[in-house]
Amino acid sequence: MNQEKENEDIIEQVVSQEYKYGFTTDIEMEMAPKGLNEDIVRFISNKKNEPEWMLEWRLKAYRHWLKMEEPDWQNFKYPKPNYQDIIYYAAPKEKKKLNSLDEVDPELLKTFEKLGISLQEQKRLTGVAVDAVFDSVSIATTFKEQLKEKGVIFCSISEAMHEHPDLVKKYIGSVVPYTDNYFAALNSAVFSDGSFVYIPKGVRCPMELSTYFRINAENTGQFERTLIVADDASYVSYLEGCTAPMRDENQLHAAVVELIAMENAEIKYSTVQNWYPGDKEGNGGIYNFVTKRGSCEGANAKISWTQVETGSAITWKYPSCILKGDHSIGEFFSVAVTNNMQVADTGTKMIHIGKHTRSRIVSKGISAGKSHNTYRGLVKVAKKADAARNYTQCDSMLIGDRCGAHTFPYIEINNKTATVEHEASTSKIGEDQIFYCNQRGIGTEEAISLIVNGFCREVLNQLPMEFAVEAQKLLAVSLEGSVG
Amino acid sequence: MLEIRNLKAEIEGKKILNGINLTVNSGEVHAIMGPNGAGKSTLSSVLAGRADYAVTEGEIMFEGKNLLEMSPEDRAREGVFLAFQYPVEIPGVSTTNFLKTAINETRKYKGLEPMEATDFLKYMREKMELMEMDKSLTSRSLNEGFSGGEKKRNEVFQMAMLEPKLAIMDETDSGLDIDALRLVSNGVNKLRNKDRSFVVITHYQRLLDYIVPDFVHVLYKGRIVKSGDASLAKELEVKGYDWIKAEVEAAQ
Ligand SMILES: Nc1ncnc2c1ncn2[C@@H]1O[C@H](COP(=O)(O)OP(=O)(O)OP(=O)(O)O)[C@@H](O)[C@H]1O
Ligand SMILES: [Mg+2]
Repeated sequence: MNQEKENEDIIEQVVSQEYKYGFTTDIEMEMAPKGLNEDIVRFISNKKNEPEWMLEWRLKAYRHWLKMEEPDWQNFKYPKPNYQDIIYYAAPKEKKKLNSLDEVDPELLKTFEKLGISLQEQKRLTGVAVDAVFDSVSIATTFKEQLKEKGVIFCSISEAMHEHPDLVKKYIGSVVPYTDNYFAALNSAVFSDGSFVYIPKGVRCPMELSTYFRINAENTGQFERTLIVADDASYVSYLEGCTAPMRDENQLHAAVVELIAMENAEIKYSTVQNWYPGDKEGNGGIYNFVTKRGSCEGANAKISWTQVETGSAITWKYPSCILKGDHSIGEFFSVAVTNNMQVADTGTKMIHIGKHTRSRIVSKGISAGKSHNTYRGLVKVAKKADAARNYTQCDSMLIGDRCGAHTFPYIEINNKTATVEHEASTSKIGEDQIFYCNQRGIGTEEAISLIVNGFCREVLNQLPMEFAVEAQKLLAVSLEGSVG
Repeated sequence: MLEIRNLKAEIEGKKILNGINLTVNSGEVHAIMGPNGAGKSTLSSVLAGRADYAVTEGEIMFEGKNLLEMSPEDRAREGVFLAFQYPVEIPGVSTTNFLKTAINETRKYKGLEPMEATDFLKYMREKMELMEMDKSLTSRSLNEGFSGGEKKRNEVFQMAMLEPKLAIMDETDSGLDIDALRLVSNGVNKLRNKDRSFVVITHYQRLLDYIVPDFVHVLYKGRIVKSGDASLAKELEVKGYDWIKAEVEAAQ
């Protein structure tokens, strides 16, 4: 009986593990021709019957993007996508506008069922409102009525442009301007849909809001755009989950998420990301290049990002907080798991501008196979941010000895009264820990899942209950048995 | 219950066990004593199935099954329990969660349904009372930040929860204060019955005042060089190991 050999076998199994969500849905799609130019931008805008100002904004973004260069400061290499080879708009063909779930294409509903989110069930049982994005268009929004009573707006961003143009116009691009970065500019030019949330003053959103994204069509990029505005003293918790079918080619996912929290408002944004990671040789998989940023506009505002990243060939994102309001709080809780040839370069930026602002960063990176997992984080304290505080904790766990973990903390302090603490650790999953579990009757697979879940406890605790369970399962699946 | 025949084991080419013979019947308590580095912990590790040690000769039968052919987890599920000399810490995993997993994995192995959460909690409460365990320990991360004594008590608590057939206790008494020693011993005595056997590794007669063994063995240089009843431990307490070492040298 050779434990090491057995562990290697288990690694092999994991490596050959198939992506559970790799099916495609056969429904009629309406697509834009391949490639990107001003006409495509107009085409998308026109398809969505957008107001003129929106088209103008898109065109400005597009023209700006043309002048930009793709970044290359990251800690990995990837073949640059051919932007003329991507389809920028794909939508299920629908004759008429949908009024209820019953009118949705049954094939589509089946897809969601396979994903484990039956809208019907959601509607009846869970009390979670779902805005499902299938490729580029928002299909069904449940619970709208209940939310309406409270004055909460939760709809697709295209709908919001028509129904609530003032809000969209005021806030879109206010946190992530199209000039921000290459992928944000691209998104601004071609974004196809996404979710819009507005919580009025003093309202505590009565349910968790949730969006599921799924990339289905071949050669399509997904460029959704999410905008969440929490007015004074309001509260909302938003959940985002994603999956994608298996494809040999890489697909680009370049989303933008903007959060705005006014005085005393709180936004919790949770992501469980399970995009297709590619095969074990690193073919295919999603490039998850996303810009997520929140702004605490008013005093005592609070924004918390929680992410569990298990999928994608490359995950490249830094959900950030701009702490403008005095006493405002930013939090970032992250679990990033990489296996096989996956790459993650993720972290956060905490920009302290207001006085007595506080931020907390808890990052847990787990690497297995030949993967690379990088934490990159910036803590910046501006001149006037008196008594700002940051606490960063950055833990890496290695499974096997062919993977890598890297930590790049950047700290810029321009105010002497700031307190910034950084703690980092790297550990290997211990043979001792596994043997201890084995001795209590817990097999190696289960033991790893237990140890990894324990390692991520602080982050998983931040997730709403039903999501936490899902995330735990995902962790177990993506790492099954990978010990060296 | 347990039959060890001519067991030889080594690590990194270093011979540590040099032909151990030991028979433990149901309900018996065997104490194993011996100087530091004699191979006591090695014997317990080999029984539990630690892969670092290579068994080069001999066999171990447990309840008629060949223990050496079983994975560590299967040995545990069959009823072999090891209270570790140095219990490891598992951050973020509570003792409760850990034990629930352990019990349900064992039940799965035996073809039983997992225990309902409420039944489990009730069962755990009973055992905590029996072992006079402090509630706060079970909700904390397993062994993390536990004092030396708390870790040992936690091992015995786990033993009570898992109800093994054979419990191997590796220096569970080391690091316990006088009160804790009494609590742990009482706990063990409560778990003693005609179907459960114990192999108690210790350096101190004191423990054996509480847990009175049926047999005492002296392990030296990877062999059992002397066996006797409880009085042997008392003799060792007075005389130390030198006379035994001398006997062994003389015999060679
Ligand atoms: N991993 C290892 N690598 C090298 N030598 C080892 C290893 N483990 C144990 N040994 C050696 O094997 C011998 C027996 O060790 P073991 O821990 O079994 O002794 P012990 O009887 O339990 O001692 P103690 O009373 O101090 O606990 C010692 O000489 C020890 O150094
Ligand atoms: Mg020892």
